[in-house]
Amino acid sequence: MGQIETFYDVMRRQGITRRSFMKYCSLTAAALGLGPAFVPKIAHAMETKPRTPVIWVHGLECTCCSESFIRSAHPLAKDVVLSMISLDYDDTLMAAAGHAAEAAFEETIQKYKGNYILAVEGNPPMNEDGMYCITGGKPFVEKLRHAAKDAKAIISWGACASYGCVQAAAPNPTRATPVHKVILDKPIIKVPGCPPIAEVMTGVITYMLTFDRFPELDRQGRPAMFYGQRIHDKCYRRPHFDAGQFVEHWDDENARKGYCLYKMGCKGPTTYNACSTVRWNEGVSFPIQSGHGCIGCSEDGFWDQGSFYDRLTNIKQFGIEATADKIGMTAAGAVGGAVAVHAAISALKRAQKKTEEA
Amino acid sequence: MSDKIFHPARESHEIFKASRLTGDATLEDLDSIRKRTSVYVYEAPVRLWHWINAACITVLIVTGYFIGRPLPSMQIAEAYDQFVMGYIRFAHFAAAQVLTVGFFGRIYWAFMGNHHAKQMFYIPLFNRRFWHELIFELRWYFFLEREPKKYVGHNPLAQIAMFFFMTLGLTFMLITGWALYAEGAGQGSLPDMAMGWVLGLVQNSQRLHTLHHLGMWAIVVFMIIHIYAAIREDIMSRQSMVSTMISGHRTFKDDRVE
Repeated sequence: MGQIETFYDVMRRQGITRRSFMKYCSLTAAALGLGPAFVPKIAHAMETKPRTPVIWVHGLECTCCSESFIRSAHPLAKDVVLSMISLDYDDTLMAAAGHAAEAAFEETIQKYKGNYILAVEGNPPMNEDGMYCITGGKPFVEKLRHAAKDAKAIISWGACASYGCVQAAAPNPTRATPVHKVILDKPIIKVPGCPPIAEVMTGVITYMLTFDRFPELDRQGRPAMFYGQRIHDKCYRRPHFDAGQFVEHWDDENARKGYCLYKMGCKGPTTYNACSTVRWNEGVSFPIQSGHGCIGCSEDGFWDQGSFYDRLTNIKQFGIEATADKIGMTAAGAVGGAVAVHAAISALKRAQKKTEEA
Repeated sequence: MSDKIFHPARESHEIFKASRLTGDATLEDLDSIRKRTSVYVYEAPVRLWHWINAACITVLIVTGYFIGRPLPSMQIAEAYDQFVMGYIRFAHFAAAQVLTVGFFGRIYWAFMGNHHAKQMFYIPLFNRRFWHELIFELRWYFFLEREPKKYVGHNPLAQIAMFFFMTLGLTFMLITGWALYAEGAGQGSLPDMAMGWVLGLVQNSQRLHTLHHLGMWAIVVFMIIHIYAAIREDIMSRQSMVSTMISGHRTFKDDRVE
């Protein structure tokens, strides 16, 4: 085996000028929240480090993560990242198919034992020995375990791999299970979202390749730089929230004025993501800017938090669907009624006793 | 013998068994009941805490309800000049901070104060007589007993309610509340370092909001029962109730034993 090319070699081979390369390094540093001093460090790392091999596997998922990834806003970032990560296996993107693809999979694992990054899109269903998701003639969970065994680290792409997403929503018939509950002995970074923002995905990969480690993670194992704050914390409609100015109906005057969507069930206040800063589609917009509340797609179990259009969650544990307010008011009403009846009986008993004593 | 003004036929520990054996009344209390028919139960810090706590909880319930279900949208001024939701949230957070300090102060007083200051922090699980008296008190509330017994501190039923709704209930609300506050304060902030782990445990902030919201209703239910029972017992029981939380003295209406 010859020496693996560096990132810089690949970029130059793709006809990217040094000027563009330096621009890319500056952009990446800014996107990752690093100071200007890190630009030469990124450049140096890219000029000297061999490309990191990546195996990208797909379990139960809809491929929206891949769709998002290949639409990264900065075209240079997309090209560079796609070529620099040496994507040795990705059954959706690769040209090979069938036995040839599976051979490439095995070959990559053998060749880069302990050095490759395993990117997982989707999750394995565990019921019926994993038979609900078959890839290459085998249950996906077996393929995942096999690939994870010699991986250096694992990236859980999207809500599926991170938390389970729609296929894990109650009652979760296939027992779809997030990656970190199946693979217990490898470092895992979660990049949740349905899908995650493209720039967040490329940003995470670039950071890992440049610094050879995970970026700083929060308690849930997500990169803190992108998931450190709620959408609500940086929302451009936040002043309307603080003022108490809300959209009351989808077609009212307040909706036209761009008031806060809190009452329409916006999950911005409970969702950690970078949508309100990085935005989508080359920074054009994001759900709230388009007049629709956030649905909280990057949160654990977001399908089971009631309707996307209610502020308060419907709680099904009480038999019938009811919000906390309905349950509380019913309980308070019942107790209040009981108290009133009890007070009436107490008064009667007391009167009775007095007559007896008299 | 002659120098004693008061000479009981039976010693204090032989009578008032219900009150003494439920783990509350001390022997001195029992003597006091016989002699003065009034016991100093709630010391000033306990009373002060009770009323500050009550005021905070009232503010927290009203503002908390309007945070979950905001007032109708209003247009008083431009958004930069209007702070309706902001003030509601401010009142909620301010009251919560007072309540937190008060609760820690109350725990401190459980150690420093008198015997009764400890009562709401535990249930005498292994005291057989306690459970027996609990059933008696339940029978009193179901109109199956003609007359209640005398209690210096909380009766067994009240002690259980206090323990679950205040000691555990307030702890639950403080933990979930500070975990929610930590989200806004940001990662690495003091509230986050203290309580951020809760969000990690619950995983989803929406779920955490719902839990906090349900907790509020539990406290509303407690308030209804608490106020009703206090007033009812003040009228129907053999001892003072409402005034005790103002003066600290529990006065007894009769000198009969049990």
